[in-house]
Amino acid sequence: MADNIENKGYVDPRPPVIGPGYTFESLTSKIADVVFMRRFQKGWLFGLGIAFLLALVLFNSIAYLVLKGVGIWGNNVPVGWAFDIINFVWWIGIGHAGTLISAILLLLRQSWRNSINRFAEAMTLFAVACAGLYPALHTGRPWVDYWLFPYPNTMGMWPNFRSPLMWDVFAVSTYATVSAIFWFIGLIPDFGTMRDTAKQPWQRRIFGILSMGWRGDARHWHRYESAYLLLAGLSTPLVLSVHSIVSFDFSVGIIPGWHATIFPPYFVAGAVYAGFAMVLTIGIPVRKFYNLEDFITLRHIRNMCKVMLATGLIVGYGYLMELFFAWYSGNTYEQFMMKNRMFGPYGYMYWLLILCNILVPQLLWVKKFRENLLVIFIVSMFINVGMWLERFVIIVMSLHRDFLPSSWRMYSPTVFDFSMFFGTIGLFLTLMFLFLRFVPIIPMFEMKVMLPQAKVEEDEKAAEKEKGTLGGAVPQFGD
Amino acid sequence: MARFETPTEVVRAARATHEAGYRKVNAYSPFPIEELSEAIGFHKDHVSKTVLLGGLTGAAAGFALQYFTSVIDYPINVGGRPLFSLPSFVPIIFETGILLAAFGAALGMIIMNNLPQPYHPVFNVPSFKRASRDAFFICIKSNDPKFDQAGTRNFLLGLGAKEVTDVEA
Repeated sequence: MADNIENKGYVDPRPPVIGPGYTFESLTSKIADVVFMRRFQKGWLFGLGIAFLLALVLFNSIAYLVLKGVGIWGNNVPVGWAFDIINFVWWIGIGHAGTLISAILLLLRQSWRNSINRFAEAMTLFAVACAGLYPALHTGRPWVDYWLFPYPNTMGMWPNFRSPLMWDVFAVSTYATVSAIFWFIGLIPDFGTMRDTAKQPWQRRIFGILSMGWRGDARHWHRYESAYLLLAGLSTPLVLSVHSIVSFDFSVGIIPGWHATIFPPYFVAGAVYAGFAMVLTIGIPVRKFYNLEDFITLRHIRNMCKVMLATGLIVGYGYLMELFFAWYSGNTYEQFMMKNRMFGPYGYMYWLLILCNILVPQLLWVKKFRENLLVIFIVSMFINVGMWLERFVIIVMSLHRDFLPSSWRMYSPTVFDFSMFFGTIGLFLTLMFLFLRFVPIIPMFEMKVMLPQAKVEEDEKAAEKEKGTLGGAVPQFGD
Repeated sequence: MARFETPTEVVRAARATHEAGYRKVNAYSPFPIEELSEAIGFHKDHVSKTVLLGGLTGAAAGFALQYFTSVIDYPINVGGRPLFSLPSFVPIIFETGILLAAFGAALGMIIMNNLPQPYHPVFNVPSFKRASRDAFFICIKSNDPKFDQAGTRNFLLGLGAKEVTDVEA
């Protein structure tokens, strides 16, 4: 899917990757002005207000949790893991799309990732922050969480490295750190631009410190591109490994419905699915309210829909395979687990899941729907909900009825389960709103690379820049 | 220092500068231009080496940590698994490897670029503000053997520069 059009007779029917008519200057202003405007927009303040209220609900829930203990949640025996781990996996899954867009699409030379990668990566960071709250707080005695880390201690003990729960500790912390590094490195040149554009001295100082004196030296750019490509190359297996390790939390367990080798690819595909849905959920309003339709074009929206459709089908295949395993194994417990999922007391959740994750997104096969922003927004909300339901189905439905009928119990969430969940959504949105206002949403330098005037003409004859050339031969960043 | 308006001009000028024998040349652009760094004679960067170094160190550290804690210092029998259960050590070895490799990439790039460097003489040129927006610059350092105040200035003007300024050190 390279954007090279050498034959001038061919007009690319796809929508352009960047709207026409931009110069380096106008592009820079459009993005930087959002950060430098003097007033706060009413819509932004309103949105931030609501998000922050929810974040306050989160802080209250956390305080009450630490004070009173995990008993305030609905977790019981046998359902030892419920909303806490469902939400943890949900948030981590959402984070993976950001890294996929930043890293994997870069390696695959898909230049359309250039505009959406920064806010997708920011989404990753905030999602991982929300996710990380749960393993830290669900431990029952969160004040001794530091025992999870291998430090020399007076108890003469070390953590059990053979457990996926420990692998999780390392995987999620590495993922958070590397994502932050990748995001920040991507920001350095733009902080330089902000420093040079800032009018107030205090703004210049802050951006000056953040940009570390970046001046756009060609040698620096060369090393920068190397480092960026290498970081992308590192982040790709990292994404795959992190969600595989999260899936091991379940697949290493022995209860029916958990002990399946399909989990790593199934979870990773599901994470990408959920993540792209969240990118669209956030991206569609953002591009409208900040007038970024020329940078986040219909091409982006269509491509993201296609990725969602593809990963949705992989997830659907996963569901089908679980059915197959249950039947083909001939194992009573597997077969009961499957019947229980479909027709047991939580059976409605399973069918809701099939509706949200499998049926509704098939609308995206229709080209008209792939270009209708309202439809896409609604479909992506369905997928967000569906992916949450998937984790519910996997976790709660397998736990509440496993091998021995005498251990079977029903699970019901409490108000604090919900308050903490919506609270993390509030925290996530608060951080997103702050990001949208104070950091350039779209990488200016990566967008400039895509402008037709950025191409270095190798021929000595003057090139005629046809204004109509859609996505004309542009140098790929990372080539 | 000479200012240019388009990438094509600056790359052509950089190549001409290199051919004229100037070696202590810097070029500036608001976005990476691959041909530009090659034109001024910069070919090999060493970031990949720091990444490899970081990755190997991280992996070794992860392995050493788990080996020491699980085999030597706190050998407990977990589900009958062998003490040196390498397959179960692999995820953490992988993660620590990636972590230190990422540090290698980021820190390597930053340090090799001599950053943070908040002050540099080129910032004193007023039009250099545009280096991060829409202008391209070539700067020939005065300690270049072929540097000559008037001669170099004329040379740069001859390359099609829109503006040539002297940079105060």
